[in-house]
Amino acid sequence: MKNLLQWLFFGLIVRVVVLLVIGLRIQGKQRLPKSGPVMIVANHNSHLDTLVLMSLFPLRMLNQLRPVAAEDYFLNQNPWLAWFALDMMNIIPIAREAGCDRQFLKRCGAALQNNQILILYPEGSRGEPECLTEFKTGIAHLAKHHPQVPIVPIFLQGLGKALPKGEALLVPFFCDVLIGEPLYWTGSKSGLMHLLTERFQALAASGNFPIWEA
Amino acid sequence: MQIVLPPIPVMIALSGIYGLLLIGTGMICGLVYTKPETDYTELKDRIKSWWVIVTVFTLTLILNCTAAIVLFGLLSFLALKEYLSLIPTRQADRRVLLWAYLAIALQYAWILIGWYGMFLIFIPIYVFLFLPMRMVLIGETQGFLRAIGTLHWGLMLTVYNLSHLPYLLMLPLAGNPIAGGSGLLVYLVFLTEINDIAQYMTGKLLGRHKVVPTISPGKTLEGLGGGIVVTTLLAIALAPWLTPFSLIHSICLGLLLSLTGFIGDVTISALKRDLGIKDSGNLIPGHGGILDRIDSLTYTAPLFFHFTVYFYYQGQLL
Repeated sequence: MKNLLQWLFFGLIVRVVVLLVIGLRIQGKQRLPKSGPVMIVANHNSHLDTLVLMSLFPLRMLNQLRPVAAEDYFLNQNPWLAWFALDMMNIIPIAREAGCDRQFLKRCGAALQNNQILILYPEGSRGEPECLTEFKTGIAHLAKHHPQVPIVPIFLQGLGKALPKGEALLVPFFCDVLIGEPLYWTGSKSGLMHLLTERFQALAASGNFPIWEA
Repeated sequence: MQIVLPPIPVMIALSGIYGLLLIGTGMICGLVYTKPETDYTELKDRIKSWWVIVTVFTLTLILNCTAAIVLFGLLSFLALKEYLSLIPTRQADRRVLLWAYLAIALQYAWILIGWYGMFLIFIPIYVFLFLPMRMVLIGETQGFLRAIGTLHWGLMLTVYNLSHLPYLLMLPLAGNPIAGGSGLLVYLVFLTEINDIAQYMTGKLLGRHKVVPTISPGKTLEGLGGGIVVTTLLAIALAPWLTPFSLIHSICLGLLLSLTGFIGDVTISALKRDLGIKDSGNLIPGHGGILDRIDSLTYTAPLFFHFTVYFYYQGQLL
């Protein structure tokens, strides 16, 4: 039942919204992983980000996709949202407070052990629309424990325009999905974070994106 | 859903277009075979996309009028979305943009119910007056002129001008007893697109003198001339089969479509050059985006429509 609902939701509603209302311009589609374990790392500007990233994969891989999401936001606010996050989106809940690193590592590690595909937003929050903020280092901790797992950077542009934080109305815009070369644990946390930031800045600079004036 | 087949001359014209596609595909296959070392990916993509475009267009005409209007509405939606995604916009205007999208549905609804007067004035008057008012209510004055100017230009180009295409299907049969509105639509779209192709090909073969070097360096006087000759000859040849046009009128239309098609093309080129991009998108492989494909039509559609209405539907619409 849970699977059927999830298939219907992604197969009918999400596809129509993503393909028709939004519309994606994908670059580097061949770099999209065919199977797990993988860490997808993306910038975060909108609730649409996760839906778009999940819709990049075929429906049969749906149960392998695990977005990592904030426990306080998705699980502790209202029961419907919690049901949606857990049963429809299949999230891995993590606490955002300090000192929860072990829980994060344990849950994400278990998913990677099961050959699942993690979706992580190292910015930590959606933040200001269409702005890239500094990455948090959780991803580096995870990469250190799983050095053989590829990290695929994906830069999303335009979704923050279509549905920014704090807005309920979706305004149609074409959105760009730029998929970068995979990278691996470099031997040091700061080295990996540096490399990752560089990759994102390069991806962001490779497109010619119109100005979005706040 | 009721399927109403278009008149026989339209069916023959559509078969003719498929014939041309076959010839084009054959020629590209020949090129690939004789010069295997050259990369023809773009040419191959382009002809593949043409097959898809012609098939969608044919299905639209075969299905029925309502389906055609809905599909052209969808085309306007994609074109406006592409335009708004390319240009700088203000975050404060999100709700205004949503109203602009809503204008598409209304504009095509007027066509669906055949309300000619409203179809003519809705975007140039009501939307033109409403959107700035909505923007003023938001209260952001920084960049106001640019925001409202770019938005309305885009709406005129992608919604108002394009919506003249499906209105051809609503014209009374009396004005064109041989092939009806669909005959006019096929005539207009075929000539506009063949003009693009003829200009491109003669330009590639004989092009020497640039017409608008600062905007589109690929456009040459020779290409423009080739387009005008081919389009005008075809306009004369096809007119008795698909339209009510006299010889003089078909010559005028051949010149009008080839010249204004060119202007539509370079107008979008100027927009892209201003924004610093090559293609408006990658929705149509080998062609670029939607705007790259419909650029000429944004000029030819309204001009052809009003020429035809003035000379052949006088007093039959309002």
